[in-house]
Amino acid sequence: MQIPIEYYLILSAFMFTVGIVGVLTRRNAIVVFMSIELMLNSANLTLITYSSYLGDVAGQLFVFFVMSVAAAEAAVGLAIIIAIYRNKLTVNIDEINILKW
Amino acid sequence: MTLEIVLFILFGSICAISAVLMITRPNPVISALFLVLNFCSLAGLYLILNAQFIAVAQIIVYAGAIMVFFLFVIMLLNPEKEKRFFEQKTKLRIFVIAIVALILVQIVYIIFLSSPSEVITREVARSVETGTVENIGREMFTNYILPFEAAGYLLLAATIGALVIAKKKFE
Repeated sequence: MQIPIEYYLILSAFMFTVGIVGVLTRRNAIVVFMSIELMLNSANLTLITYSSYLGDVAGQLFVFFVMSVAAAEAAVGLAIIIAIYRNKLTVNIDEINILKW
Repeated sequence: MTLEIVLFILFGSICAISAVLMITRPNPVISALFLVLNFCSLAGLYLILNAQFIAVAQIIVYAGAIMVFFLFVIMLLNPEKEKRFFEQKTKLRIFVIAIVALILVQIVYIIFLSSPSEVITREVARSVETGTVENIGREMFTNYILPFEAAGYLLLAATIGALVIAKKKFE
């Protein structure tokens, strides 16, 4: 008996929603970033699942590109956090409101 | 109970539990370590799905490079314990969890309503052949060569951008 595709999709949906909760409730900018990585990975799981079940390689290639974009995004995002920390000495996103007028 | 199902339950539950623990721990270092655990069990799930190359790349790129980078920044910035602003705002948290639970129920309902497993059945031999390094490499350097080059330029731009942003002292 093989695993129905629904199980993977539900696991992926659960991880995505956990990521949303993390983004909306946490106040540490770095943890918010890690929650975004979690959401990216849940999308990757869906892509790999369909790629494997349909026997099509395009999904796995797409995951490869998502990984490279995620690496670039993490580098730039953490650089921004470092720059803000230098300026304001905090990573609490409630206190970082320099774009708010 | 085949081995596939046992492994799916094992890795899937590790994945779900570590994701929940990651967003509930107040200490960011412990959150990062649970995220590493989550990525490693995801790599196990990719192996069950016969995506060998992506599983290895997941461990090397995500669990290795990106998470080391995250831990490095966490320890460099030495952020204060989140306890202080973790316990207040209970109303906001209850509201967020209610909304998100509603979204999850909707997604699960749609998944069961459409029941893709009636249409999509996995052919194991084809699935194994799809995920090999040979197949992915051939596809990447023929049909997907342009996105591949674009990803290279993106990484170069991100490296330079990160250096410039982290170095500059702006007012």
